[in-house]
Amino acid sequence: MGDGQRMERRRAVANDRVARYERMVEIRAFEDRVQGLFAQGLVHGTTHTAQGQEAVAVGIAAAARPTDLVTCTYRGHGIGLALGMTPEVILGEIMGREIGCVGGIAGSMHLCDRELGLLPTFAIIGAGIPVAAGAALTAQVRGTDDAAIGVFGDGAANIGAFHEGLNLAAIWNLPVVFICENNQYGEYSRIDLTTPIEDLADRAASYGIPGIIVDGQDPDQTVEAVGAALAVARSGGGPTLLEMKTYRYAGHSRADKAEYRPEGEFERWYERDPINTFRARLESEGLLAAGAAEEIEQKVAARLEAALRAVEESPPATVDAMFGNIYASA
Amino acid sequence: MVRMRMNQAVAAALADEMREDPDVVVFGEDVAVAGGPFKTSDGLLEEFGPSRVRDTPISEMGFLGMAVGAAASGLRPVAEIMFIEFLGVALDMVVTEAGKFHFLSRGAFTCPMTVRASIGAGLGFGCQHSQTMENWMSHAPGLKMVMLSGPQSAYGLLRSAIRDPNPVVVLEPRALYGGRGQVTTGADGILPLGEARRVREGEAVTVVSAGAMVKVALAAAESSDDWSAEVIDLQTLIPWDRDGVVSAVRRTGRLVIVEESPYTSGWGTEIAAHVGARLFGELRAPVLRITCPDVPVPFGRELEQRYMPNPGYVTDQIDQLLATGRTPDPWWVGEGRRA
Repeated sequence: MGDGQRMERRRAVANDRVARYERMVEIRAFEDRVQGLFAQGLVHGTTHTAQGQEAVAVGIAAAARPTDLVTCTYRGHGIGLALGMTPEVILGEIMGREIGCVGGIAGSMHLCDRELGLLPTFAIIGAGIPVAAGAALTAQVRGTDDAAIGVFGDGAANIGAFHEGLNLAAIWNLPVVFICENNQYGEYSRIDLTTPIEDLADRAASYGIPGIIVDGQDPDQTVEAVGAALAVARSGGGPTLLEMKTYRYAGHSRADKAEYRPEGEFERWYERDPINTFRARLESEGLLAAGAAEEIEQKVAARLEAALRAVEESPPATVDAMFGNIYASA
Repeated sequence: MVRMRMNQAVAAALADEMREDPDVVVFGEDVAVAGGPFKTSDGLLEEFGPSRVRDTPISEMGFLGMAVGAAASGLRPVAEIMFIEFLGVALDMVVTEAGKFHFLSRGAFTCPMTVRASIGAGLGFGCQHSQTMENWMSHAPGLKMVMLSGPQSAYGLLRSAIRDPNPVVVLEPRALYGGRGQVTTGADGILPLGEARRVREGEAVTVVSAGAMVKVALAAAESSDDWSAEVIDLQTLIPWDRDGVVSAVRRTGRLVIVEESPYTSGWGTEIAAHVGARLFGELRAPVLRITCPDVPVPFGRELEQRYMPNPGYVTDQIDQLLATGRTPDPWWVGEGRRA
């Protein structure tokens, strides 16, 4: 899919709540499909899926401009799709094919799309936090009104890069929004076993910046929160830490069945599933007619089938791709 | 030509790049108001202002991460690491982020950042502030790395490093900051990356050195009337000038490498292996590496000087190599230590 179509996907999410809903359905189906492909042994390596966190992804994509650079984690398929990347370039990357967004040499943890503002996603916990501050430094030095967004998980709130990045962004008043996707688990460990406070947003106080808790299961609230924080950043108000409370339905990576989860925890979160609740809201507002949700699911399923076919037809990553971009030439 | 100290040459290179390119910014610990702990950024804040010249907190991981993000989004940041050891807490940003961005974006992003770090022994800073640590970066494709050997080298290589579209680590021997030399500034003073520089002609042996050891190798070469040594300043450690070094050694038939770092896994190991493999059968003597022993850098003045190769020791080692055609033992074997 060309640049124009990727931008069109981005605009749709930015402008239309039903399109946002459709993208959330796409993300869920995509992640389920990826898990299935791994289970069938059709892809090698590892993958980290983000079922349950769809509202965070569309919230970011809807509020940010493509010129606002985003740093994101290795659990990035959902945010990539939300930002406008197509299923085939992400699936292609996961499956190591030429059609992949990086030509198949990077894999599931490393997505990138410069036009859509996505820096290479980070497989080192917390690394993207100061990097986002650096992108914000460029906007500040050049005097543009772009901002940067640093997305990370709750596990990153205990690594030095989090503290150093927030401190630097605060003292330099940089136009950056830090978004913690608190999905309750850092790899295999529940957050209360690793972190002595309940709300990570509280940590913003140490750096003298606003720390705001957001319902990460509600796409209307995530869009609004990111939009408001970006507006503050653009107008010279400095950084904000948003803690989006959400939940990771899958294990940490493909090998993890998440058997450490307490009984009933998943079920409690699923009662507030972001897709189900958003669908009910759109239906009650009359934006989704009877049967419209099923049509969307069918449309998404067909799109993913087509994407999988395109990926299967694409050749494996080439030696040229492996050697091609080690050093940039002047 | 202007006579200046190496730290002044560093500051001059930074200033000239900042004058020519508004995207060049400088940050690090104490680099702005204080002008740098080694006065390598003296005057920059006054000329370019607080937006482009910034003091950071003591947060190497944070500010090198910022350099990565700033570089990927269009600036040309130059970050200073006061002592190379402080890079240890931030190595991810250089090796695993900056060095991979171009690869991980299929060329869409570049990361034109420069990381300057002071290195080396000789000033009594003890073993946590006297290492060179170039091999932290030498196994990470995507990075470039240079080592300065004096004022002209500082001016010329730093300007190239800042202009380069890739992340470049610039290693600056601290003991050389105060040393003076004539410097050609401006475009004519710029030295290309990736090219070694012959600093002395000679026939009997090719001595490859870098950083503070260039002066040592030169002094050793000047001191002998029995043989003449060609001395090469490698300048760029990654990617090093394979063709230049191989063709030089092909002419003399002998290779001696002088390094200011422990014997095991030094940068010279790579040179020795490559040249040995390429010129097997053409060499008239085994490749000789003159290095420090595999110990932490000692503090006491006499021991610290003994730890590093000095001109007398280098001369003696080359004398033995030429007289016997065999690799001489390092000095510590005479002290009953393992080679």
